[in-house]
Amino acid sequence: MLDLAVKAGEILLQNGAEIFRVQETMTRIAAAYSYGSESFHAYVLSNAIFASLREEDGAYNADLRNIPLSPVHLGRVDAVNSLSRAIAEGRYSPDEALAQIERIRSLPENSPLLLTFSSGIVSATFCYLFGGGLLDSLAAFFTGLILYFFLIPAKRWKLSKIVSNILGSVVITLCALCFTGLGFGGQADKIIIGAIMPMAPGVPLTTSIRDFFNGDYLSGAIRMLDAILIAACIAIGVGFVLKTGNLLLGVQL
Amino acid sequence: MILFQLAAVYVCTIAVAILFNMPKEQHLFCGLTGIAAWIGYLAALQASSSVVLASFVSALLLTAVSRIFAVWRRTPIIIFLVSGIFPLVPGAGIYYTAYYFIMGDNALALGKGVETIKIAVAIALGIVLMLSLPYSLFRGFRGREKSAR
Repeated sequence: MLDLAVKAGEILLQNGAEIFRVQETMTRIAAAYSYGSESFHAYVLSNAIFASLREEDGAYNADLRNIPLSPVHLGRVDAVNSLSRAIAEGRYSPDEALAQIERIRSLPENSPLLLTFSSGIVSATFCYLFGGGLLDSLAAFFTGLILYFFLIPAKRWKLSKIVSNILGSVVITLCALCFTGLGFGGQADKIIIGAIMPMAPGVPLTTSIRDFFNGDYLSGAIRMLDAILIAACIAIGVGFVLKTGNLLLGVQL
Repeated sequence: MILFQLAAVYVCTIAVAILFNMPKEQHLFCGLTGIAAWIGYLAALQASSSVVLASFVSALLLTAVSRIFAVWRRTPIIIFLVSGIFPLVPGAGIYYTAYYFIMGDNALALGKGVETIKIAVAIALGIVLMLSLPYSLFRGFRGREKSAR
């Protein structure tokens, strides 16, 4: 029982859910199997879950999980959310629910090809929205593709987030400068702005705001820091290439 | 022209939804939250020509639409918020801050940096303000129970 609640919480937390939702879902699952608020307690941080459960005979169970930051999969958050509602309505026995949890845990990610393609689309559309021309947007599209050609293997090599963000924006800026150098798209700045958007810290920013709103200041602060760090890494990568280009080749934007 | 922009936002937000593996059946609605955010942004920009204020207004609109969808589609609100927030994230601000900073123009870098932070705060305020409205306002939008999959 404790296992079920903690596993559900683990999936939620790993895939970018807010603290409040994790806690509520775990409590809801426990309550569905008649462990009410006096016998089940959960304390959730942005990278850890502490839960304790008191059996009817008075014995205590406790579980503690360390949950490292990992790629976000909001589809799993949604799936656990629906599952917890179904459990609350008493539609699953604990064993069935556990099987469902395992199924959700192995929900596939979108294929690398699709991810790469959508990265290109995000880059191109943002480039357009920020005032880039059609040719710029096309260049941004290819830059976005190249970004994911880099980011996907980077994930496999387990590069740290900071390094892969810095290198990612280095790759983007190099591409943008090359494209404009070849006369393919005229505004390097618009291309770069478009292409850094797939890396922009939208998820940590949103969850952090939600956490602060729900009074989970500690986790909100951790995620805010995450968002700021990502933004800083992007800025460092872009700045590094621009400065080097400026010094070595005299490229002026 | 505006239609092109809205189409771009729509496609863009759906692509963001794919990037974060959001459930497929919500993609079209994720796109709509992006459109809502962008309309709010453009309208407020027309009226006040302040990027910060525009971000605030558009965060308000975005959150309202997200709450409606979350209640209606019975889905965690975070799914709609994340996809809709992307058009507002100050990517350009990050870029120009870095650019001026590296190029040694500290005054402009500081100005851009402060503006970027202001935009982030405005987005946060807009979201928080709209989130704190009571749930009962949105209850009317509740849809059918999703079948457990």
